[in-house]
Amino acid sequence: MIRAQGLVAAHPGGPFMAFPDVDLPQGGVLLLRGPSGSGKSTWLALVAGLMSPAQGSLTVADTVLAPVGSSSPVGAARDVWRARHVGLLPQKLHLSAALTVAQNLALVHWAAGVPAQPHQVDDALAALGVADLAGSRPHKLSVGQVQRVALARAVLLRPPVLLADEPTASLDDGAARAALALLLTTARQSQASLVLATHDARVVQALQQAQLEEGIFLKEMCLQRNAEKRGQL
Amino acid sequence: MNSVVLSWRYAWANPLSAALNVVTLALGLGALAFILLAEQRVTQALERDVAGIDVVVGAKGSPLQLILAGVYHLDVPPGNIALSDVEALRQHPQVAQLIPLSLGDNVGGHRIVGTTPDYVALYGGQLASGHLWAQPMQAVLGAQVADHLGLAVGDRFVGLHGLAAGGHGHGDMPYTVVGVLRPSGSVLDRLALTATESVWAVHEADMAQDDEDRAALAAERDITLALIRYTTPLAAVTFPRWVNTGTDMQAAAPAYELSRLLRLLGAGTDVLRALAVALVAVAGLSVFLALWQAVRERRADLALLRLLGAGPRKVAGLLLAEALWLAFLACGLGLLLAQGLMTALPLLMPPEAAGLVASHRWPLQLWGVPALALGVALLAAALPAWGAYRVDVAHLLNAPA
Repeated sequence: MIRAQGLVAAHPGGPFMAFPDVDLPQGGVLLLRGPSGSGKSTWLALVAGLMSPAQGSLTVADTVLAPVGSSSPVGAARDVWRARHVGLLPQKLHLSAALTVAQNLALVHWAAGVPAQPHQVDDALAALGVADLAGSRPHKLSVGQVQRVALARAVLLRPPVLLADEPTASLDDGAARAALALLLTTARQSQASLVLATHDARVVQALQQAQLEEGIFLKEMCLQRNAEKRGQL
Repeated sequence: MNSVVLSWRYAWANPLSAALNVVTLALGLGALAFILLAEQRVTQALERDVAGIDVVVGAKGSPLQLILAGVYHLDVPPGNIALSDVEALRQHPQVAQLIPLSLGDNVGGHRIVGTTPDYVALYGGQLASGHLWAQPMQAVLGAQVADHLGLAVGDRFVGLHGLAAGGHGHGDMPYTVVGVLRPSGSVLDRLALTATESVWAVHEADMAQDDEDRAALAAERDITLALIRYTTPLAAVTFPRWVNTGTDMQAAAPAYELSRLLRLLGAGTDVLRALAVALVAVAGLSVFLALWQAVRERRADLALLRLLGAGPRKVAGLLLAEALWLAFLACGLGLLLAQGLMTALPLLMPPEAAGLVASHRWPLQLWGVPALALGVALLAAALPAWGAYRVDVAHLLNAPA
């Protein structure tokens, strides 16, 4: 779940950004719309605990991130919290070129400070149909394969919140549809809340269709390009 | 996968650059280790051979030459001293022990030394086979000599005139090997020992035409030099002065001449050492550049690690571990290189000097090499690790596809 009220972000030296309130129950899908530059990535950074808001309250996966209280993870504890609770699919689906696909997934265990679990890696790759790529280097993968591997990495520790930043950018219609279906299915299988940040009309359409046909819980949040003006304090 | 394995994989992500860095650093560390080893072994060998000798008395000349000839058997002696003068020395109240040495012949480039069994005892020499000489023309061989010439107890050999290989042979007066010494690491290893009388006999037989000549030569008998131990340390003040001013001989204190020699050698090794340190510094710089480059190239990788939940310390530690891997490999390779050179060195040196570097113990100072490697790694990784520590995580989120 994600609950945000009166959230204001401040980039060091930059303008303030105010965001609309949101209350997303566990397992719901949030469509975060807005043109590029409207603050979608900043909002994702706040929810992922990569940034602290200047104002407002924010609770993600039953953890109060702001205002900072006694139970709020700070410093290294916040990194550990993120590893366990938030699966991130950044716009640039970066896989480490120095490592094989399986090792890229094992990186999650290393980063989270948990013992290596090769079976979990195998299972995650198999669930996304890319088990046979385990030993491959990332540069040999197609765009679609990279997406599946990155998704496998994001859900490896079964985080309750999954954040995807422009997951369909630079994909053709067919691939975009497949990527979206993959995201929805994967999120549903692990009962994760899913946030899709996009300015892609195809995604909006497809999600609205899925709401009608499959009955997913869908919320929308629209950001304006001039969000920072609204937030001028 | 833990940090150690992960940093290893990252270090070898670019194998050519990693290998080059390891080799450069290994060359610097190896050169340094080699200099330390060689210096220590030569010093150790030189100091071991002067132990128990307070003063060397021989003919007038260079004191350093006297020590090099009489103690280390590296240089030619300045001349001979008369037996009567030696007797006067022996009677001196400050002389506790006098060991006479007579030089002049060699066998296969190894010096034949006419002396008394005290000389063997001085270095704690022990017999591997046979016994010490009991009469003239019996010889006891040092371990290296026996090995080099392939001689064993019961074999005979002919001494050649002169101290280096070659020279005309004393064919009618062959020596018989009666004993072979165990390797002791001292100068004994490369000498052929016999009674002082043997040396006289060989030369008198060579030079004398008849009995009259023989009698005349016997009256003029001399030795090359004498190794002397004092009864009291106070003798060091007065005894050399008495010899140098009161007799035709000169006295040289090995300890003093040795420190003078080491000072001379030291100037050379200081230059070499500075060179090796410069080499290590250059290698350190190259490791730094490689790591710095890695941080720049892998900014996305590092941001991703932070994204996945690795704390900044963990990410910085990864960079550090990468540098330590390179340093560890370079250190191992460098020490191997140095040891290889040390093993090869005696083969390249003339046999009489090879004993100086033959030793298998590593000196304490050699710990300086891994310590230096560690220091270089830490220094080279400091700034890149700081860069990794501060890597902007939001960077990955905001990066355009």
